[in-house]
Amino acid sequence: MFVTSPECTGSPVPPLPSASHHAIREREPAHRPEGHAMSLLTRQKPRRRSGASAVDPPRGGARRDRALFWFTVPGLAVVLLFHYVPLLGHVIAFQDYQPFIGIWHSPWVGFANFSVLFNGEEKLVIALVNTLQLLLIQVVFVFPAPILLALALNSLLGERLKRVVQNVLYLPHFLSWVVVVAIFQQMLSDGGLVNVFLRAQELGTFNIIGNPELFKALLTSQVIWKDTGWGTILFLAALSRVDTNLYEAAAADGAGRWRQTWHVTLPALRGLVILLLILRLGDALSVGFEQIILQQQSGVGIQAGEVLDTYVYNNGLVAGQWGESAAIGLVKGIVGVALVLGANRVAHLFGEEGIYRR
Amino acid sequence: MSAAQTYRSTAARSRARAAVPGRTPASPPWRAAKGVLLLICCLLVIVPFLSIVATSLADNEQVTEAGGFVLWPERPSFAAYSAVLAGGVVTRALAVSVGVTVAGTALALLSSITLAYGLSRPGTFGHRPVLMILLFSLLFTPGVIPSYLLIKQLGLINSYWSLILPTMVNAFNVIVLRAFFMGLPRELLDAARIDGANALQILRRIVVPLSRAAIAVVGLFYAVSFWNAFFNAMLYMNESESWPMQLVLRTYVVNNAAIGAGEVSVAGAALPPSYALQAAILVLSIVPIVVVYPFLQRHLRKGVMIGAVKG
Repeated sequence: MFVTSPECTGSPVPPLPSASHHAIREREPAHRPEGHAMSLLTRQKPRRRSGASAVDPPRGGARRDRALFWFTVPGLAVVLLFHYVPLLGHVIAFQDYQPFIGIWHSPWVGFANFSVLFNGEEKLVIALVNTLQLLLIQVVFVFPAPILLALALNSLLGERLKRVVQNVLYLPHFLSWVVVVAIFQQMLSDGGLVNVFLRAQELGTFNIIGNPELFKALLTSQVIWKDTGWGTILFLAALSRVDTNLYEAAAADGAGRWRQTWHVTLPALRGLVILLLILRLGDALSVGFEQIILQQQSGVGIQAGEVLDTYVYNNGLVAGQWGESAAIGLVKGIVGVALVLGANRVAHLFGEEGIYRR
Repeated sequence: MSAAQTYRSTAARSRARAAVPGRTPASPPWRAAKGVLLLICCLLVIVPFLSIVATSLADNEQVTEAGGFVLWPERPSFAAYSAVLAGGVVTRALAVSVGVTVAGTALALLSSITLAYGLSRPGTFGHRPVLMILLFSLLFTPGVIPSYLLIKQLGLINSYWSLILPTMVNAFNVIVLRAFFMGLPRELLDAARIDGANALQILRRIVVPLSRAAIAVVGLFYAVSFWNAFFNAMLYMNESESWPMQLVLRTYVVNNAAIGAGEVSVAGAALPPSYALQAAILVLSIVPIVVVYPFLQRHLRKGVMIGAVKG
């Protein structure tokens, strides 16, 4: 209706009845260069509507609007109290915090707590190295797994069989880390199914539980087992939106199956892959806190199992170094947010959409 | 066979052959390899479950003979279950977990539905700031130590509230609900308003009944997360009498604490093998998830897509 040529003005298109007052006002300038009659007709209606309509009164609605606001109050209070108030708790990073005298009376020490970041404390260095190693492993091995699985699922099966396989593979995602760790221990420990089987075949035993050298492999296999199936959801959705004409066109141009995958399927996933990588970066320094804390006590030791999150927990809550640990937690949080925003900027530079459109 | 039937059956067959229409089908060996891969993936999920259930039902003799886990109970017995369920740590933990999950889910739904409803009309009072506050909470997690200090300050240590309140509003779930509410036909809400319904009546009489599917999904997500929550309980619950199931599971299965007569009660007979007891505890903490899973599954795709498309 906005590009109507002057000769059409004899039968004007009425403004869309469902369009809100707001949207029409925004579009209004587009009419100006058009024919006089047209602009008169279209301009009249929204103006009048904005004044006295019973359906959507912008002024009289103020009280009702406030009524809607009151509905947000309980939920908003919970978010503020349990997500934002703890942010204030980070002030203890600048204090010599003593639990028995509390936040209000603990002495201020400026940036003294942050010195732990630079004086090369051994345990912290170990935690940082382990964190970065696990991050690398996860990006290389864990991240592509759902993509491969989605490709296999997408191109192979009929609808019904696909649904069954999906249902089986999604299930582990809904189990807690405690259950997943317990299942792995029950399967792989000395009396577990695998070793029972190996022993029965007289093939010796396979020790991965409580073995520091294989701890990272164990962690990685648990993550893959738990979340690969679930990870395929988004990729399958993206794959189902691929225009199938593109495959036919590619085939007509002589592309074989591999070329079709390379030139049609994978480009369709690119935006999603970038989005997920950026989001993963925000969590870059968190590599499975619950998962690791659960398995630390069963004897793999600090050297193999400590990561930044567990260091903050062990050093702060357990060992009582509150200020220092809060300082490390604070720096970690800031680095995470900075990484997300930085990665998003880079994605925009390369012309990708990133987390949000520019 | 009629022409239509023939057409349908060939169409079905060709769909079965190439799941993506228009695409060149893969070569047979390649298809076979992928089929085997998927089969192995499924077995990797199914076999552990099977083995745990089997071991929980196995008797002393079989477990001793196998030296651990079994794949099939030869003489199924429910001794392990009756031992852990006859009062004691596990029974209490089950009650705690069920209570926290039910109460938590109810409160979480209440606060999330009202929050999502309050945010469902752009341009209303406070809409933008509240939405921003909600969205930004997705960007960071509030840190273990400050959260602990807050709970302590509020006097919630050892209180069941500490397991419910901090995770009561999940921004992602609220966004899913809000997207659903915004997709409801405006005409219905406007008609109700003309008839004199106020905002609360519109929510109760129109929005909630029309959004039952979305609310069910979100409720199930909340229920699963309350049931699975472990770390908050480890931080805030110091007394083993008020432990939820996940913490009991950690102590007796993951950390392998000995399960003695003090933890379970056995009526006269010898204690079932510890492998069977551990497997039974594990099964009991998985069962609720497996029970709600089909319901979750039915709505899953829809719910996730709402979030993905309109979030």
